[in-house]
Amino acid sequence: MDLQSTYHNNLNIITVKDARIDASVAIRFKDAMRAATNEGPPLVVLNLGNVTFVDSSGLGAIIASMKQLDSNRKLDLACLTPDVAKVFRLTRMDSIFDIHENIESLKCRAAG
Amino acid sequence: MKIDEPKKGFSISVTGSMAGVREALTQIRNQLSDLGISENTCGTVELVLAEAMNNIAEHAYEPESPGQLHICARVSPSFLRFDLQDFGKPLPDQGLALGKLPDHNVPVHDLPEGGFGWFLIRTLAASVKYRRENEKNQLTLSFPRKNMGKCNL
Repeated sequence: MDLQSTYHNNLNIITVKDARIDASVAIRFKDAMRAATNEGPPLVVLNLGNVTFVDSSGLGAIIASMKQLDSNRKLDLACLTPDVAKVFRLTRMDSIFDIHENIESLKCRAAG
Repeated sequence: MKIDEPKKGFSISVTGSMAGVREALTQIRNQLSDLGISENTCGTVELVLAEAMNNIAEHAYEPESPGQLHICARVSPSFLRFDLQDFGKPLPDQGLALGKLPDHNVPVHDLPEGGFGWFLIRTLAASVKYRRENEKNQLTLSFPRKNMGKCNL
């Protein structure tokens, strides 16, 4: 599972390079997220802009990624594509995560 | 097996494994796009079929010895219909799960990490039918081509 982690002041942005987070990669995704978020700033933003498909296993892995963070840290989501946004909306998980429309404004905020 | 040729449609056979499911979904999405099905409808169908086929790969078959998975799609001007057939174990109690949405009004550490699959199938497919016959599982999923699903998504 290809994740790219970048830091912008007190913000850790993790960009998923793959197009799918599905049952065949869910465990690998969760493990890669654990490694990527082992330490770092309180706010982690998962950039899903390249991801066109998430199934229920992928959704479960994203939820697990949030749960495996220390309690003083938080996982937000950004750049959901239409089919991915639909999964979060239907399962009401859009009420659990803070979801950002774009990553640039977040970087600006972190820098400011 | 000979399948009657509908006016529009296609059949795909893959191994009932995670890799096979991925391969089938890619083929189905391409075929549906070629048939002029909207992106929104394609996305809904792909999600429901992914959930249904993942169940087959995870529960009907043993991961170390998956059998065949056949998908037959029929496309009419008003409906899409998919027949999924596998030769694995039957659904528990010979029936379909109700697909209740797991409770999300809980502390973060108690949030559900699964149990969404049948909910998504039930919410997005217009009809879901299951039959166990001659040691085969036959799941039929239908979708209207307009106003996809029951809740106009």
